[in-house]
Amino acid sequence: MAFLEAKALHAAYGQTRVLHGISFAMAEGTITTLLGANGAGKTTTLRALCGMVRTEGEITFGGQRIDGRATEDIVRLGIAHVPDGRGTFVNLTTEENLRLGAYTRKDRAAVEQDLERVYGYFPRLRERRTQQAGTLSGGEQQMLAVSRALMLRPKLMLLDEPSFGLAPLIVRELFSILRTVNERERVSMLVVEQNAAMALDLADHAYLIETGRVVLSGTADDIKKNDAVRRSYLGY
Amino acid sequence: MDAFIHQVLAGLATGGIYASLALALVMIYQATHLVNFAQGEMAMFATYIAWSLVNAGVPYWGAFFLTVAFAFVFGVVIERVVIRPVENAPVLAVVVVFIALLVILNSVTGWIYTYTIKTFPSPFPKEIGLGKFMSPHEVGAIGVTLVVLVLLYLFFRFTPLGLAMRAAAQNPESSRLVGIRVGWMLALGWGLAAAIGGIAGMMVAPIVYLDPNMMGGVLLYAFAAALVGGIDNPWGAVIGGFLVGVLENVLGAFVIGNELKLAVALVLIIGVLTVKPSGFFGKVLVTRV
Repeated sequence: MAFLEAKALHAAYGQTRVLHGISFAMAEGTITTLLGANGAGKTTTLRALCGMVRTEGEITFGGQRIDGRATEDIVRLGIAHVPDGRGTFVNLTTEENLRLGAYTRKDRAAVEQDLERVYGYFPRLRERRTQQAGTLSGGEQQMLAVSRALMLRPKLMLLDEPSFGLAPLIVRELFSILRTVNERERVSMLVVEQNAAMALDLADHAYLIETGRVVLSGTADDIKKNDAVRRSYLGY
Repeated sequence: MDAFIHQVLAGLATGGIYASLALALVMIYQATHLVNFAQGEMAMFATYIAWSLVNAGVPYWGAFFLTVAFAFVFGVVIERVVIRPVENAPVLAVVVVFIALLVILNSVTGWIYTYTIKTFPSPFPKEIGLGKFMSPHEVGAIGVTLVVLVLLYLFFRFTPLGLAMRAAAQNPESSRLVGIRVGWMLALGWGLAAAIGGIAGMMVAPIVYLDPNMMGGVLLYAFAAALVGGIDNPWGAVIGGFLVGVLENVLGAFVIGNELKLAVALVLIIGVLTVKPSGFFGKVLVTRV
């Protein structure tokens, strides 16, 4: 049984249909990426998974149906979403942002440990802990968004364009930390990316989405070798 | 000189009450970007509950805390039942709902308790008065205001629930993504604001006497205070409250006379809105077009 599975997802913003029956599945502990051009429906797919847009179709997570549930309840199942635009609480401090990530947890001592753990991954955040999060740079805010999600101790992380607007060096650092988190803590990840090359290096599996449908899927290595993908998304 | 000091200190006492109510306005404003015009009438209604309890023989402080609890629940219920359905309605619709709430609470109170002016007891012993400078009630009211402010600060700054309420007010979408039940945080905010208003009502009633229209003037001063401080800044609202209280008292006693006191608030409101709309401590909003 798949860890996360979406069957025939449809979604629309008002009259505009965005998803036309997307289906995909991922296994526990893996990193899966959804690739596609602007407007293909990647962000909407992630938003559908955590109840932020109304959808038709079936979503199962760890064997239970989660479609139609409230976002707040889906979070409590262990799904952390690193949203498009980073979702920073700009008027709160860095550390307050991180503590909010652990809002649903009751194990206070472990939360303190996890705070140290994410500061270990991102020492920059420790330097900025009492600073208003809105004053952080784009890269730091992306690290903060990932760290806030980690504070949930999630089973599954949904990452929406983690590389967006970041310098290549910072992207490489961020992706290597994501890899470490996945390997060390067995956190499954579903990554949406426009930077196909980086995403395919990180992921085990990939789905290619065009205008709200899956057009191609396979292991990241197979997808990398696909001629059409190479020409359209990898550019060589 | 003594008379001046007396007026300043008395101004601080009423200013504390304005500060509390201004804080209630700011709390609702931060979460909804709307000014709750019914805040004063909600406070007035709670004060009548306190009066009923005291008259029924409940000791003052018992009645005080029961009233605070009642006001809290009342605020939560109003948010859930009246405000929730118009959450996504146009601003004007919500303003009409606020005004309707104001008129309804005012008339219902008049219907239950009549419009006859009643006295309201002050719980503070004679010993805490400062002779000719401050009456016991003024000293006590300042004390109560400060306790409320400190408790609120500690709550918002140091408790997970306070943090969640701040988060929900400024970024509802991200709040849902970390599992905060945003709707309930708004309702809690209304409850807290109503409870603070209730305390302000009980503190001001011995000074202005109890009648269904008692909060009209107070709400105007509180509104002026919130605007002076910057309607999105709780600290500004508190400072604005004390400032307006002192200004109103000193000007009323020495410059323009008591009859024109309320005009001070109105002049402040119009003055701030035309000259410095963001208030003295508020955030200046810049929009790129």
